[in-house]
Amino acid sequence: MSFIEAKDLVHEYIMRDEEGNVEGVQVALDHLDLNVEQGQFIAVLGHNGSGKSTFAKHLNALLVPSEGTLYVGGMDVSDESLTYDIRQTAGMVFQNPDNQIIASVIQEDVGFGPENIGVPTEDIWARVEKSLKAVGMWAYREHSPNKLSGGQKQRVAIAGVMAMEPKCIILDEPTAMLDPDGRKDVLAAVHELNKTKGVTIILITHYMEEVVDADYVYVMDKGKVVMEGNPTGIFSQVETLKEHHLDVPQITMLAHELKQEGLPLKDGILTREELIQEIDRICH
Amino acid sequence: MLREITLGQYYPADSPIHKLDPRTKLFTTMIYIISIFCFKGPAAFVVITVALAAVIYLSKVPFSYMVRGLKTIVFILIFAGILNLFMTPGRELVSFWKLTISYEGAKNASLMLFRMIYLIVGTSVMTLTTTPNQLTDGLEAALKPMKKIKVPVHEIAMMMSIALRFIPILIEETDKIMKAQMARGADFESGGLIKKTKAMIPLLVPLFVSAFRRANDLALAMEARCYSGGEGRTKMLPLKYENRDRITYVISIVYLVAICVLRRFPF
Repeated sequence: MSFIEAKDLVHEYIMRDEEGNVEGVQVALDHLDLNVEQGQFIAVLGHNGSGKSTFAKHLNALLVPSEGTLYVGGMDVSDESLTYDIRQTAGMVFQNPDNQIIASVIQEDVGFGPENIGVPTEDIWARVEKSLKAVGMWAYREHSPNKLSGGQKQRVAIAGVMAMEPKCIILDEPTAMLDPDGRKDVLAAVHELNKTKGVTIILITHYMEEVVDADYVYVMDKGKVVMEGNPTGIFSQVETLKEHHLDVPQITMLAHELKQEGLPLKDGILTREELIQEIDRICH
Repeated sequence: MLREITLGQYYPADSPIHKLDPRTKLFTTMIYIISIFCFKGPAAFVVITVALAAVIYLSKVPFSYMVRGLKTIVFILIFAGILNLFMTPGRELVSFWKLTISYEGAKNASLMLFRMIYLIVGTSVMTLTTTPNQLTDGLEAALKPMKKIKVPVHEIAMMMSIALRFIPILIEETDKIMKAQMARGADFESGGLIKKTKAMIPLLVPLFVSAFRRANDLALAMEARCYSGGEGRTKMLPLKYENRDRITYVISIVYLVAICVLRRFPF
């Protein structure tokens, strides 16, 4: 069994009028099938309203499926008695860094999760130290979150999740509110956790550039998985991506245009270095 | 102007006051408040001032931080001061035009001003040296007996600490919304009281909407981190009395006794 296994997953938001009568049903997840193995770095792409955030909330048992099944680490998310075990296994980082930091001092915020799951006091401190060091925020442990930049706050939020020692971290558009520098730092921290600690990462985003280094990419549209594959494979299908209202990274776009003009470039060029190499190869 | 509210803002420093148990600080603050409301005579005044000055010195918090908390209530201070000054009947001290300042009025006004200022400065020593989490931990511990009569002590404490955490964020947001509205021609400055109050509506509505949205996000984030109320929670900073706390208790009781004695035999 895979670490995360979604089968025929359906989630419907039911809209009610003031008397509580059903006015309409919006299908956010439409028979979704998806598998994630432990230790992978997965990216889920999709434009607004594609259902990617709804899916993320299922992984953390914040929402439960209307139909179908979802197993996280072998646990059924519909089983209410397992809710807290699931949340401990799959931690979640949200979009707005301000709205997920609970305490007024960094280290106390990182300790919030372990406190909730009843970790003994000395262990909490050890975990706080380990997680803050892992995201490079140890020096700020006694600061107030209000004085940090967005990227730093987001790294603190990641440390807060790490302190619960999850097997998997779900990041729901963690960089949407950050500046380019903050974005880079957060992604570097996430990649580091994936490589050194073997934490499974599920990165939900609509920034193509962030997907380039993922192991596997799912593209969602209208609640369904419409494309999947490794980044090179996904980005070689520029036209299909456009149909799903997604843009490809600038470099890939450039390579694609050059190819259409007749240059014999290979498909799915993701980085500047790759493009330079390819052009070099053609010239010689 | 809004950024200058220091109430509920922690000032990190390594001082003996910072290290005290929050319960000790709460107790001492209570004693201090009692003392400024029941003291009599200039000697007691000197005692209180010296005590406050010593605590401020020990806390290593810059004095300007304490005073900043006062700025926000300057208006109330002046207003209450003037009312007391002119409205208290008694022996005439000075009189001009229709206004009379009585001897009692002057005394009341200065006493009142002194009490308010000392109250704010004294309590901000506590909030500046105690992290909101510690503060609420302290409150939770102090109110624990209330749990027996089904008062949700932990939940109240948690709400308080979150409220404190969001004060600066909401202030910043108010600032932002204000600027955005001003950029589009909103006028918060001119006009009478009614017009000014009405001008606040385009400020308050978006602020409330965003506060609710934040509350919703925060609740989700807390749930995602396994928060399920006070049951089965451990503490990162469990409250433990040290020698310094015992000493502080003794000192504050001696202080209270001294104030009481001076009240009995004022000089």
